[in-house]
Amino acid sequence: MATSADNSGENINGSEMIVRCLAELGVEVIFGYPGGAVLPIYDAIFKQNKIRHILVRHEQGALHAAEGYARSTGRVGVVLVTSGPGATNSVTGLADALMDSIPLVCLTGQVPTHMIGNDAFQEADTVGITRPCTKHNYLVKTVEDLPRIIHEAFYIASAGRPGPVVIDLPKDVVMAEGDYQEGTYTSETGHRSYRPRTEPDNAAVDAAMELIVNAERPIFYSGGGIINSGPAASEALTRFVRETGYPITNTLMGLGTYPASDAQFLGMLGMHGTYEANMAMAECDVMIALGARFDDRVTGRLSDFSKGSKKIQVDIDPSSVNKNVPVDISIIGDVGTVIDAMLAKLPNKSGGKSAALEDWWRQIEAWRGRDCLRFKQHGDIIKPQYALQRLYELTKERDVYFTTEVGQHQMWAAQFLKFEEPNRWMTSGGLGTMGYGFPAAMGVQVAHPESLVINVAGEASLMMNIQELSSMMQHRLPVKTIILNNEYMGMVRQWQELFHGGRYSESYMDSLPDFVKLAESFGANGIKISKPEEVDDAIRTMIETPGPFIADVLIDKTENVYPMIPGGAAHYEMKLGPDHGELEEKAEDGMVLV
Amino acid sequence: MTETIERHTISVLVDNEPGVLARVIGLFSGRGYNIESLTVAEVESGAALSRINLVTSGPRMIIEQIKAQLDRLVPVHQVSDLTEEGPHIERELALIKVVGSGEARAESLRIADIFRAHVVDSESDSFVFEMTGKPGKVNAFIRLMEPLGLTEVSRTGVVALLRGKKSI
Repeated sequence: MATSADNSGENINGSEMIVRCLAELGVEVIFGYPGGAVLPIYDAIFKQNKIRHILVRHEQGALHAAEGYARSTGRVGVVLVTSGPGATNSVTGLADALMDSIPLVCLTGQVPTHMIGNDAFQEADTVGITRPCTKHNYLVKTVEDLPRIIHEAFYIASAGRPGPVVIDLPKDVVMAEGDYQEGTYTSETGHRSYRPRTEPDNAAVDAAMELIVNAERPIFYSGGGIINSGPAASEALTRFVRETGYPITNTLMGLGTYPASDAQFLGMLGMHGTYEANMAMAECDVMIALGARFDDRVTGRLSDFSKGSKKIQVDIDPSSVNKNVPVDISIIGDVGTVIDAMLAKLPNKSGGKSAALEDWWRQIEAWRGRDCLRFKQHGDIIKPQYALQRLYELTKERDVYFTTEVGQHQMWAAQFLKFEEPNRWMTSGGLGTMGYGFPAAMGVQVAHPESLVINVAGEASLMMNIQELSSMMQHRLPVKTIILNNEYMGMVRQWQELFHGGRYSESYMDSLPDFVKLAESFGANGIKISKPEEVDDAIRTMIETPGPFIADVLIDKTENVYPMIPGGAAHYEMKLGPDHGELEEKAEDGMVLV
Repeated sequence: MTETIERHTISVLVDNEPGVLARVIGLFSGRGYNIESLTVAEVESGAALSRINLVTSGPRMIIEQIKAQLDRLVPVHQVSDLTEEGPHIERELALIKVVGSGEARAESLRIADIFRAHVVDSESDSFVFEMTGKPGKVNAFIRLMEPLGLTEVSRTGVVALLRGKKSI
């Protein structure tokens, strides 16, 4: 970019340019791990004090930490890793962020441009490898392109449906000197071809409102898009739902978009959602999908998904509409903006609920009366549901954030923790990445140093990124982890029990560490309990002990997650499980469906 | 699944930058969509834009999904479904080698004349024909050449443009 003599900028090298651009963009923290190709950038980081660097112990941890940071703040998470293995170790986190629409910018080192393609030391085709698992990626060829690309990357990561963007940085480019002029690019610069639509089509909103106002058996179904739209979208949604008096369910990613304590909230829907939420989705006449994408974990068998309903879908990504489920009215736009437009068209309340809506609520209350999450805590063994219920009760008055790993504990956490506001719940929904929760909690704690951050874990998942305990110690991040320890890969075991004739192939966790000693070996603390009466004290100890803490809670090894829509079943064919007197049917043949 | 399979010709204007074709092809292979034909070349050098013409087939919902997925690729400026936008012209160029002598050789030349194919290379026992036309015409010509000593075919794939004043 040519600049005339009177407004020419400074001559600085690419690495300094990167750091300056990030500071200009308001970046406060980078999660990363150094290596040969990024040494010049680390040198530039060393020479400044605007941006904090959190050193992780494995690049995957950096990505998940940045995801936790982004999801809990609504800001772009930033990662810096080296070439080759640094980049390939980042792939899982990028894929996770793409699936869950988390805004990230990941800077990867690359070998010098003249060596690209020569199988140089620590060379990988990073743009090739990350192309399908990023929203967009760049290979920077000259130092002149650097400031524009960095600003564009932040715009792309956060605009429209958010996602991860990789910037691959050859070492010669970050060492080359170039002209840098602060303020050349702003957040309004945008991109020459990428301009996602945010304002909805008015006629579509009118058509949707016609259906919504006249619905007899309506249901709101809101997802992670509401969280990406920002806290104002959750507030607008809450007003909309309350003013209509309609029931609402949330997806796994959408928990917290509507206050869970409210009577109109039916809980999470989907494979391990509540009976009332799934039945209401099946029997409704008007479904209002807001920032949700009809994931297979939500729909069950597609051909039987809510066959009698008119469906309205609001999404910022046109490719999310009519992908799995054909809808009657689609509205492309920012979901918060759309809800505002809908609210403006909502007629004033005309004296209470209609008779049809009264009937609908009576039906929903009957489903709710099944008390599908009921469990029995008896005897000497801790039920996982009980541990989570106590965790919720003992933390609900606090400023608390929760992350999870992936598996049974994740589903129980989604069922038993209740969220009153968005950005408090971080979980790997789309990709289902075991090992997500521990580093994600670290990122949340970086963003909210004074808050209580708790990772609900399974022992198998926790083993996947346990190394980040060392990062937490280094950076004084007092993340609390509660392990629901059943010595199995619980969800794998559950499916083997139900669908593979009880043949527990490789799902038992032999040779587990003593997690308390493990914590202590890093300089942290831990506690191990196995009796129900110890649960409350253990949780209190965990919260009150300064620094990172691991509570290893030995739970019932054979407990399964219910309710459940078995793989391949329709969403109204829920199994409520043994606590409701249903036998646990064991099928001999493995299900083809996932 | 008894949905009808539709064939659509789609033109995509993209930034002429490295990797853009890989993004489009990766999208099709990654999501299991069909590509019957794909052509790409720079069309506006000033604006650094390339035009990708692709022919794909699938049920209506998949075609719509393909267009939405293409449109959300960052370097994509515009996606136009010519099949939907109205009458359009589709053309392909093919080079066809026929080896033979005697009556078969003479017959290939006669047919080439009917199809307005040109001879662009000739030796005593071979011809290379060049022809342009709709894919169907190219197919028909190739079929007729098969018994006459067809040995090799090279085709460009479809390029397409809307008829009349309208542009994408």
